[in-house]
Parts: sequence; structure tokens; C-alpha cells
Amino acid sequence: MSAPVYEPYLRKPKTFYEQYERKSGDPTVTHYCPGCGHGELHKMIAEAIEDLEIADRTVFISPVGCSVFAYYYFDTGNVQAAHGRAPAVGTGVQRARPHSIVISYQGDGDLAAIGLNEILQAANRGEHMAVFFVNNAIYGMTGGQMAPTTLPGMHTTTSPGGRDPRKAGNPLRLCELISQLDAPVYVARGALSGPKHILRTRKLVRKALQAQVERRGFTFVEVLSACPTGWGMNPPDAHKWILEKMAEFFPLEVFVDKTDSEPEPFEIPEEPPAEKLHELLRISTAGQVTFSPSQPVEPKYANPRIKVAGFGGQGVLLLGLGLAQCGMMEGRKVSWLPSYGPEMRGGTAHCHVNVSDHEIGSPLISRPTVVVAMNQPSLEKFEPQLVEGGLLIVNTSMVPKEPSRSDLDVLKIPASDMAKELGNPRAANMIILGAYAAYTGMIGKETALASLNTLIKRKHLVDLNRKAIELGWEFGTKARG
Amino acid sequence: MAERQDRGRVEINLDECKGCQLCITVCPVNCLEVTTKLNKQGYLPVDYKGSGCTGCGLCYYACPEPGAITVFRLKKSA
Repeated sequence: MSAPVYEPYLRKPKTFYEQYERKSGDPTVTHYCPGCGHGELHKMIAEAIEDLEIADRTVFISPVGCSVFAYYYFDTGNVQAAHGRAPAVGTGVQRARPHSIVISYQGDGDLAAIGLNEILQAANRGEHMAVFFVNNAIYGMTGGQMAPTTLPGMHTTTSPGGRDPRKAGNPLRLCELISQLDAPVYVARGALSGPKHILRTRKLVRKALQAQVERRGFTFVEVLSACPTGWGMNPPDAHKWILEKMAEFFPLEVFVDKTDSEPEPFEIPEEPPAEKLHELLRISTAGQVTFSPSQPVEPKYANPRIKVAGFGGQGVLLLGLGLAQCGMMEGRKVSWLPSYGPEMRGGTAHCHVNVSDHEIGSPLISRPTVVVAMNQPSLEKFEPQLVEGGLLIVNTSMVPKEPSRSDLDVLKIPASDMAKELGNPRAANMIILGAYAAYTGMIGKETALASLNTLIKRKHLVDLNRKAIELGWEFGTKARG
Repeated sequence: MAERQDRGRVEINLDECKGCQLCITVCPVNCLEVTTKLNKQGYLPVDYKGSGCTGCGLCYYACPEPGAITVFRLKKSA
């Protein structure tokens, strides 16, 4: 009689990486504590992904919490989202890549506290994603604080006397909450404890992912999971506690199951062609032509860090955009960072503009080389920030005061008065753009004029702004001497 | 006459085991035991006793480590 032959029956799912790069010493073990439920659920999900052959189109959204590093384990697409935002990120992934299978994996602190809005809205919209909600009644990663799912009377580091429902409310039952909505197609709760419930949970996981493959919609599987470290128990006791205590409060049921009915047709919206996209976003293709810088720039004006400041409504942000747009059209690297108050008109506004021949490290500018002061407060606020010998452009129509520093290169221009003469005081910003272009040589005249096609949304105003740029250009040329 | 063959076999990667013993709690035939030698991670790992496994796979699903347990089943002779 020959020796018995054994075949592998259950082994590490192929969905896992062979080695987890984060751990240098033991690259094949997870970072989870002994007895942690995350590992068990990871395995069930990985097994289902492998069996359904969807690894290549699965996008796994890792949360914040102990499972923040899930992307080190799952050989799928991966995104790590900000705390509680996994369903929002998943929505984006699903909309941009409609063929993908989106998995939002979240803990109770992540999903039931800071992310409660995101999960309810995503569920209500019926987003096509499988949410796996790991409920261990505690904030595990941060050291065992009270979570929205902490049981009444349960001791945690922030409820040392036990959770008092009169002060902290009762635990949130998420499955029950979500099953009240119309859209979800599958809502169920399982537990990772004991043979019966472990195998049942495995089925829930598979059903949820199968529903994604069938394009059914939003599925939500809550899993009661042990945190032996946070609960201060050994793993076998922790597993017992799940069924004895947690399951009493969180019934292990299937709350919604519409997976037998015919799924609604899943329509993938057609992507508009590039030309159409430009039209929709009102982007002029004129900006795509590269203009060559028309003249050599004096070294002291090269690679400017510009702050443009004034009242809201003076076109401060648009002037900044114009400077960046022109730089971009001439093949330079640019950044534009606006800063303004809640007022749509009035208030103050300023923006930071970098135009550079090199890559830009930060869009934020603390030591500008150029300051455009459209009004008095802006001069007072930003003149001190200018580098030594920096360029100060002053709209003298609105700034009666003289600059206080003597080391600066000052260009005074009554832009608002000039614009008023032109017929519209709001064109002062483009007069300054023209003057800056001519005075420093940083921007060619043709570039400045062409940029208007992109900058000015209301086409009947393009002509006025052309005149403004030409007027400014003339002024700047004269001032340069 | 040959002894009755086990229907299954378990292989445990001793260095990946964290000694949580959940596998022991779910094993219906009690064929797993805690060893006495600390592994690389500093845990006392669980190992197969060497006989009795039915290949049910419960230990595999109870184990939180992806690669620690592999379950084998007896190949049915043709």
C-alpha cells in the first residue's frame, strides 16, 4: 500500500502579497496583535477576492485605525483615506473607474464616529461598494478609548467607570441604522467567534463581494471582532466575550437582502471627448499653445514669487491667475494659491503666485520678490515681507501713502484711475498685468493678450481687457525707460 | 493491515504564529497544541500534534495570520 498523499486545501490566499514590505524583520507576518479580528477578516476578504478572480479590478480603501496599513497586505488597487472618509473616496474611485470593485474597510471609530456622515450618505446614494465594518467596541489603535459602539457599562480608558448611557448615549447599531435606508441591497452582521459564526461571517463576506460582481449596489457587512489587547483579555476569552456580551447588544442577523432580485441595470456613463470637456469646463484651447518668452528677463526679475493683494472685487485673484496663466503659456512652472475671507465682495483678498523655470516646492510664499498692492492695507501688510530690493507695484489711485522702505524697486501706477478712463474701473488688474509684463520683461505682450481667451469667461469683456493690457504695457515700457 | 489514515493534515509556520491559540479553541478533534520553544517573534507557537486532523479547516479561518496555517486534505485514491 502506497503512502497517503495530502493536497493543500486551505493556504494563504494569493490576494496577499508574499512579503509585506513595511516590516523588515518579519516580512510575512502582519502588524496586528495576537488574536486580532482584522487578520481573520482580511483572510476571508482575500480568499473571496481570489475565488471571484477580481483582484485586478478591486480597489481597497484603507481607513484610519489599526487597519490603516491594509495596503501593505492586499495585492489589489489601494487607496488610504483620511479618517472616516473611505466611503467618500470609494465613491470617487467608483465614479472614475466604474468597472472597479470598491471595498471600503473601516473600523468603528472611523465609520461610526468621525465618518458617520460619509457612510450614511454613501449608503443612501446606493454607491456600488462593499463596506466591511469591523466593530470591536473600542478605539483600538489609540489605546482603547470609548467608541460609539462601546457597550453600556464597558470600561475603557475614557470611560473608566463604565460607559454611562445617560451621558454617553447607547451604542450605535449601524446595521439597523443603515437598513432603514432604501438603497442598500445587503446589510448583515456577523461575528468572528466560534466555528459557527466564523464560517457564517465568511459567507456574509462572500455574498457582499458577489453582489459587487453582479453590480447590485451598496452592501454593508458589520463584523463583531475581538480586540484582546484593548479589552485586556487573552484571545480565547475575548472571542467568548464577543458572543456572550457583544452579540446580545448587536444581534447577528441579515437585515436587508435584495440579492435574489434582478439587479437594476448598471449604466456606465460615457466619458465626454476631450474637446467636449474643454467646452463643459469653459477652458479655451488657446492656452495650450506654448508661447516662447519674447525677451530675455533681467536676472532680478526672473523666477518671481509674487503676492497680489487688495479688496475683494478688485480682481486680485484674477490678476494672480493671469500671471500664472501667462507663465504657463510660456512653458514655465507655475502655482497659484488664493487666500480670501468668506465675503464674495468687499473684505480683503490676496494670492500667492510662483512663476519659475524650476519645479516649485511650495505654493506658499512668505518672502515675496514682487508685491502688488491694490489698496492701502495691502501695502501696509505686505511691504515688510518683500525681499531686499524687491519689486513693489502700487496702485496709487487707491494708495495715498508712500512706501516706507527705501531699498525697494517701486513701480507706481494709477491703475484704478486709468481703468475708470477706459470705461470700467474693474479693469485695473489687467492694466497692472500689462505694466508688470512690460516693466520686468517676464511676460511677452502677445502672451498676455492671448491669455485673456482663457481668463475672461464673459467674451464681451475680452476687448476691454485687451485695451487694459495694452495701456498697462505702454505705461510699463515708459517706466522701464 | 495498515492503520487508518487521517483525512487531513495541518502545517503551521512556527515563526508566523503569534500564539493566540484561537485555532486550539475551534479545533473539534483537539489535534493542536502549544509548543514550548519561543519563536522568532517571541511567542510560544502552536503546532500540529502529528495525527488526528480531519482537514475541516476551522483552525485556518480562526487564525488571524494569513500565512501561518496551511490545511491539507487526503487525496482520494482513484
